[in-house]
Amino acid sequence: MLQFVVRRLLLLVPILLGLSILLFLWIRALPGGPAASLLGERATPEAVAQVERQYGLDRPIWEQYLRYLRRLAHGDLGNSIASRRPITEEIQRRFPATIELAMFAMLFAVSVGVPLGFFAAKRYGSAMDHGSLVASLIGISIPVFFLAILLKYVFSVKLGLLPTIGRQDVLIDAEHPTGFYVLDGIITLNPEAAWDAVLHLILPAIALGSIPLAIIARITRASVLDVQNEDYVRTARAKGVSSAIVDRRHVFRNALLPVVTIIGLQTGLLLSGAILTETVFAIPGMGTWLAGAIENRDYPVLQGGILFVALVFVLVNLVVDVSYAYLDPRIRVS
Amino acid sequence: MGRLKVLALAGVAGLVLAATGCGGGGDGGGDTLVFGSAADPTALDGALISDGESIRALYQITEGLTRLEPGGSKVIPSLAVDWTTSDDGLAWTFNLREDVTFHDGEPFNADAVCFNFERWFNFPAALQGDGTTYYWQYGFGGGFKNPAEGSPGPDASLYKSCEAVDEHTVTLNLTKPSATVLATLSLPSLAIVSPKALEEFDADAGSQNADGIFQPTGTYATEHPTGTGPYKFESWTLGEQLVLVRNDDYWGDKAQTQKIIFRPIADNAARLQALQTGEIQGYDLVEPQDVQTIQGDGNLQLLERPPFNVGYVGINQAKPPMDNLLVRQAVAHALNRQEVVDSFYAGRGVVATQFMPQEIQGYADDVTTYDYDPNKSKQLLQQAGLTLPVEIEFWYPTDVSRDYMPDPKRNFEAFAADLNAAGFKVVPKSAPWRPDYVSKVNDGTAGQLFLIGWIADFADADNFIGTFFQTPSDQFGFTNQEIHDLLDKAEQEADPDARIQLYQEANRKIMDFLPGVPYVYAKAALAFDSNVQGFVPSPVGVGGESFSTVSIGDEGSDESETTETG
Repeated sequence: MLQFVVRRLLLLVPILLGLSILLFLWIRALPGGPAASLLGERATPEAVAQVERQYGLDRPIWEQYLRYLRRLAHGDLGNSIASRRPITEEIQRRFPATIELAMFAMLFAVSVGVPLGFFAAKRYGSAMDHGSLVASLIGISIPVFFLAILLKYVFSVKLGLLPTIGRQDVLIDAEHPTGFYVLDGIITLNPEAAWDAVLHLILPAIALGSIPLAIIARITRASVLDVQNEDYVRTARAKGVSSAIVDRRHVFRNALLPVVTIIGLQTGLLLSGAILTETVFAIPGMGTWLAGAIENRDYPVLQGGILFVALVFVLVNLVVDVSYAYLDPRIRVS
Repeated sequence: MGRLKVLALAGVAGLVLAATGCGGGGDGGGDTLVFGSAADPTALDGALISDGESIRALYQITEGLTRLEPGGSKVIPSLAVDWTTSDDGLAWTFNLREDVTFHDGEPFNADAVCFNFERWFNFPAALQGDGTTYYWQYGFGGGFKNPAEGSPGPDASLYKSCEAVDEHTVTLNLTKPSATVLATLSLPSLAIVSPKALEEFDADAGSQNADGIFQPTGTYATEHPTGTGPYKFESWTLGEQLVLVRNDDYWGDKAQTQKIIFRPIADNAARLQALQTGEIQGYDLVEPQDVQTIQGDGNLQLLERPPFNVGYVGINQAKPPMDNLLVRQAVAHALNRQEVVDSFYAGRGVVATQFMPQEIQGYADDVTTYDYDPNKSKQLLQQAGLTLPVEIEFWYPTDVSRDYMPDPKRNFEAFAADLNAAGFKVVPKSAPWRPDYVSKVNDGTAGQLFLIGWIADFADADNFIGTFFQTPSDQFGFTNQEIHDLLDKAEQEADPDARIQLYQEANRKIMDFLPGVPYVYAKAALAFDSNVQGFVPSPVGVGGESFSTVSIGDEGSDESETTETG
């Protein structure tokens, strides 16, 4: 097991290196550079050339890349062209926001999706089953940002139940030692702040979690149906084991395997879906940061930010693979 | 599984109960105004920024020698109470206001003024980039004592030196006469801030990293901006809020509202919804499609800014037949400007008659105007000896929306149709705004006609027609010494009334010469809760809008019944 983990971690180096090269080239293949955003109507060819010279963009690509690599080796991701702040500082500030949102979204998706899929399978062919299939189809089809705007309109503007923007009410005095606002509220013994952070997460989590919810429900349903017909389940029932225990110990636990894989993959994907949700809800996370950077051709941000997201994705999948081995004794990670 | 169901139901019930209690909305009370900005400021050091959000915040905290009258573009005293010019126009002497202190208690005096100017003049190479010290370079014409490669040096600089004559009198020595200095001294980038704070918090410290980006290491611009204004800096949490509090030692009228909080919200729809729920009490940059919603909501109000931009159809006279005045006049008569302005500007456009809006001093009421008359266009073209239809390239940008041109394609299509019906044959050309539409236009490589505009930097005619026509440019492709000389003279004329006359004459001459066809001035708009009073929109936008006169009336009228202030 340890060998497996170490080997996977070592693979990270070529993966990230290769990705950094691709990123470097792709970003520069986008037409235009940061000059157009910085200059607006004042963009004369001379001004644009001056900006490019200033940012070293007129040097040959391989020279730019080597400079970038040398700094990367020292853990220096450079500074954002737009905000002038160090990229590592921005990531440190924004990543907890995105993670918190993704976690709550997954929490919502799993806590609703798994039972939904389970019950749909148990009542196979019933109205509930068909209903859940239709609902999951709708969930996958509705664009996240549209659902977000709809939720905001109904629950915030019309009903006034929940806030529409940000992570916290500006009038609440709160400390943020970790950057995870709900956790911070608990740590600093400020229940008002913690609860306020939760309220701010409800709508975004539902909007963002709607797609994983649909997928998890479907996979759970399919998986449970599969397992129900396995020999060991029929044996257990034939032996007279109670239905509840059969469900819990045999069906549920074994049906969970594919679901866990999906959860891992979906968490990684949530980091990209977060762009739209974060924008609509004005949450200052990685999503809004990267979206703005693309528009402004903020090269250092795109290189550093996307590389970081890729790193997280790879690590999350590693965790999923390792947990797979624990869940299923038949699997040997060789 | 029955237990799970019960637990789930209890959870949902608890959630709903709690949500209807506290926290559903309703930020701000009589004492605090929450304003939705579009982004975080870059930094709170006026000399090192040029973005709107930094300017918005800085205008509350810092002040300059002059400022603009609220809601207009006339220069009035601020930290300087009056001024005189020497006969040769090279020295401006300012009498400073007495008994003014910076927020850190240090006295405002002539030494502080000179300290600031010398700081800008002596900026190290790392701070000389175009994007870093934009207003010092292009607004004030400042150069640098020790220029790096590509930066303007002392010979190119308008600023020569600063003398503290006595504690409350300071003289600025210029390298050439210029009357635009008064307007540029009102820019937040040229505000006078506390020398002690600048030094103590290492405002200039930092270096240019390998990417050429200035990496600040001091904390002046992020934690200790220190001016003389009606508001003081309290705290700044990036991405969340920038908090300013009333300066109770302010030399003028104290601010009405105790606290202002700027909340960055990038998405326009999110800003509108936050206003509707009461999470913010106002925001800027209202999109045309939201105007009706806001006007139709009794709890909200829309405030319009007088225009500070101009949209025009540019003409490149280096490309025939545009060098013929009759052809240019034909273009002017062909365009149905009223129709475009009425259709595509959501009621916020005004038909333009010249290259600068009415609010800028120097606007002439009696310039030559060109009625919409396609037949006249045809006649003029025939008079010019051309065979109809006259083929011309007409360029427009894609993937962009500007204040003066919310939807370039629609403007283009309407104007192209107009031209086609007036004896022209339009060859449509387009390029994405990013990366190089603007470069092409400025370079003269776009076609005979092109859609573009201008959003000014400061409230002076020089920043409109001076920028366009004071020297021959590739964009317009002509040399007209009469106009160039007139604008040179107007720029340097120290007597304000004479100056206005000169610019008016320039506008008349320009509209006779017709280097392009201006068609719109677009008003921007802000939205507020209907109980917010006292905000005065300025044509220059964020660089002239103070929150110190803003007060919030009785609360409660904007919140829905199911919430209470948490």
